[in-house]
Amino acid sequence: MHLIIFFVFAGFCLAGAVNLLLQSHPINSALSLIVVMTSLAVLYLLLGAEFLAAAQVIVYAGAIMVLFTFVVMLLNAGREERTMGSRTWRAVGFPGAAVILGVLATTILRTQGLGTAGMSQGITSTEDLSKVLFTELLLPFEVTSVLILIAILGAVALARHGSGDPHGIDVPNGNRERTAAK
Amino acid sequence: MSSFLSQEVPLSWYLLLSALLFTLGVVGFLIKRNLITVFMSIELMLNGVNLSFVTFAHQWHAVKGQIFVFFVMMVAAAEAAVGLAIIIAVFRARATLAVDRIDLMKL
Amino acid sequence: MTEIMNGSLHLWLIPVLPLAGFLINGLLGKRLPKFLVTAVALLAPLAAFAVVLIAAASTFFPQGFVRAMQGYDICCPDRAPSWTETFGTWINIGALHIDFAFVLDQLSLVMLLVVTGVGFLIHIYSVGYMKEDPGYARYFAYLNLFLFFMTTLVLAGNALVMFIGWEGVGLASYLLIGFWFSKASAVEAGKKAFIVNRIGDVGFLIGMFLLLANFGTLTFTEIATKLGQDPGWTGGVVTVIALCLLLGATGKSAQLPLYIWLPDAMEGPTPVSALIHAATMVTAGVYMIARTHVLFDHSPFALSTVAIVGAVTALFAATIALVQTDIKRVLAYSTISQLGYMFLGCGVAAYSAAIFHLMTHAFFKALLFLAAGSVIHGLGGEQDMRKMGGLRKKMPVTFWTMTVAVIAISGIPPFAGFFSKDAILYAAFQQGSLGKVLYFVGLITAALTAFYMSRLWYLTFTGETRSPDAHPHESPWSMLGPLVILALLSIGGGWISGAWTGVGNFGAFLGPVLGQTATESGGVPFEIILSVVAVIVAVLGWFVAEWLYGQKSEHPAQLAAALPAPYKLLANKYYVDEFYGATVIKPLMAISTYLLGWFVDKAILGGAAWLLGGIATFSGALLQRWQSGNLRSYAAWLAAGAAAVLLFFVLPWSNVWPASFDFIWKVVGH
Repeated sequence: MHLIIFFVFAGFCLAGAVNLLLQSHPINSALSLIVVMTSLAVLYLLLGAEFLAAAQVIVYAGAIMVLFTFVVMLLNAGREERTMGSRTWRAVGFPGAAVILGVLATTILRTQGLGTAGMSQGITSTEDLSKVLFTELLLPFEVTSVLILIAILGAVALARHGSGDPHGIDVPNGNRERTAAK
Repeated sequence: MSSFLSQEVPLSWYLLLSALLFTLGVVGFLIKRNLITVFMSIELMLNGVNLSFVTFAHQWHAVKGQIFVFFVMMVAAAEAAVGLAIIIAVFRARATLAVDRIDLMKL
Repeated sequence: MTEIMNGSLHLWLIPVLPLAGFLINGLLGKRLPKFLVTAVALLAPLAAFAVVLIAAASTFFPQGFVRAMQGYDICCPDRAPSWTETFGTWINIGALHIDFAFVLDQLSLVMLLVVTGVGFLIHIYSVGYMKEDPGYARYFAYLNLFLFFMTTLVLAGNALVMFIGWEGVGLASYLLIGFWFSKASAVEAGKKAFIVNRIGDVGFLIGMFLLLANFGTLTFTEIATKLGQDPGWTGGVVTVIALCLLLGATGKSAQLPLYIWLPDAMEGPTPVSALIHAATMVTAGVYMIARTHVLFDHSPFALSTVAIVGAVTALFAATIALVQTDIKRVLAYSTISQLGYMFLGCGVAAYSAAIFHLMTHAFFKALLFLAAGSVIHGLGGEQDMRKMGGLRKKMPVTFWTMTVAVIAISGIPPFAGFFSKDAILYAAFQQGSLGKVLYFVGLITAALTAFYMSRLWYLTFTGETRSPDAHPHESPWSMLGPLVILALLSIGGGWISGAWTGVGNFGAFLGPVLGQTATESGGVPFEIILSVVAVIVAVLGWFVAEWLYGQKSEHPAQLAAALPAPYKLLANKYYVDEFYGATVIKPLMAISTYLLGWFVDKAILGGAAWLLGGIATFSGALLQRWQSGNLRSYAAWLAAGAAAVLLFFVLPWSNVWPASFDFIWKVVGH
């Protein structure tokens, strides 16, 4: 059972990731990413991380990706155009990515001593997780919440200042080029 | 058949998947021309890394691995919020989301 | 050999007083009134002369001058008195210890008297000669500077302090030859003098280095002691040192092959020629050889070389002087010739005779130059003898003093030149077969000397005036006074030896420093015969000149036409300058222009600079393209960088094994 579920949802992961690359419209890429994330949530469940699976769906797929989709639709970003850029990324980037993959794959495949995962093995309960989170790692937890507060403030400040419209987000049409007044 | 189906999955396959997801994120980061899509590739990379963390947490029965994933998610959320706000600001100034057109520091 | 007496002689005053004169006139001269400049300039050598006299009196003649001249040991019976004063340490490195040391012994006393005495007279003369010159203060400043360096040279107790003076007089000579720096020929002459001097100085320097390497000291007395202790010091190294020092002396004293600067140095003012290029600076070479005579005594080969160089130069220069038309050129070659005599004297180990001739030569050569200057001044700048004549009546004092000098230099008794020249020739005759050959060379040169000096005399003063435009007038007494004094010295300067032949008391006086002159073989009568021969030869020379120039004036032209090739050779000074130009100067210029100028300077150095600049610009241009602002290329490089880091940690060929790498390796179970 474990095997089948793994293959299915791993397949979904990869398919979604590849689709993200292949699609030209960002909204399609966003939706593919949601597929990836939910598949990952299932995989977390297979590995016994219940809380994380839930968090993955709620936070990642449910909030972050919604935000992405929202922005895509707000900015009305169309299909990608062909633009001229540097050729560097072809000559340098692809080999770099290939090397990364190669090194990681080689290292992973040559290791020994890795265990296996089976159904209902090594399940970490939420209670265990929270025990550590709120005692040992309380400080990082609080700092993270402060971080999120700062992020909210920053996002509001960044998105707020516009060309004289204090109440909302000003979306210019393509003809008007204006500098941001800071 | 059932013996086959009840076989356990070696953890190295999870790690391979994680590596693949990461690499696909890098490739997407390189080839995509829309700023938001590039950002999404970054999220893909983060997810790949998360998977490897969870795998190792399972291997060593370490809860801290999963807590780290939790923190990564939080940071990713904050980062997504701020990053998208920046993208909106850039769009206001440049009226374009093409990566190659946004090549000046001064908006 | 140092005599320590109570009190100090303040020898440092002797150089410092002229130095003070130089500083005052050099820095403030333009702003001071002329009489003050003159006063300062004259006070310096006078005061130095006074200090020398006082020092001499208290050290050498406490029992009186006359007794000293009679050969009595001066103050202490057993030791040769010499007074050393040290003014602090100069170099103190390991075993090398060199002080600023001044030594006053008989030799330096004689030289100092000549330098400061004759120098003072020439200073007086210059007051009249340079009266209208706009560079009046500068001139006297340079003259005082020269005195400073010359007295340092003479007083030096070790070779390095002497070298200071050596170089310094070369500098002063350059400044004074090129005094009228707006004249291109004067500037060239100054450069030539300095450069040729420097070539000789290489010899002096190498000699000094060898002295240091072999003796560990440069102090003259210590070297003499060391040489005296060890009889093994003959030939070999000592010869090399002596020859190197000889090279330095030929440069400074204008002997072959480095004499070429002296005729050109006549571009300077005539008193300068008198002081520097007749009486004092050019004698520095002779003085140096006399100072280091111990080295030469231990090397017969070097001594012979010195003698041959001197004799050949004497003859060589005398032949050139026969046909020169510029009055100062004749005197310049005459100086070279007489210096050759002095070298000959040193070369036959008759150092006292050489110094004796140095002293008398200072008197009559300075007189000759000053009188020539008076003639030139009287004729308004004319220096060509073919345009002179008939000045006998118009410039009587100049005429009579010049006559005295001509007779003195020809070696006619009882004038000064006879005694000294005869002493040298006699000493030469006694030095084996080489000595006899050199004696004959000297004899011929004496005849030539008498001839060309008489020729000069006839052309300048007798006959009809050949320059009707000029209005020759007698010079002022500021110029004539020194002439008269020098004439008196030229007459009586030789009597100081107290003997009719040889160096007599003069040699006895210098004996403790220079060693006794070679003992006479053949006795006094033989010496008298030789001196009579010399006088006859000189008179012969005079007769020939009288026949050629005294009566009619076509004989010289006929003679020149009859022997065109030798005449041309002599008139062009044996083409020596052209020879040097072709063999030395042209290759040097070629090397400088092509090898150094083009190859090293432009190609290598310029190329290196260009290369460095090019590298910077090129790499800058290259790196500039990296910072394109293009996000995707940045992303690409990020990925590549991450890959590189991964590789570095994973692959085993990395030399550095960080702890994290070990940890990874342990984690994955290898």
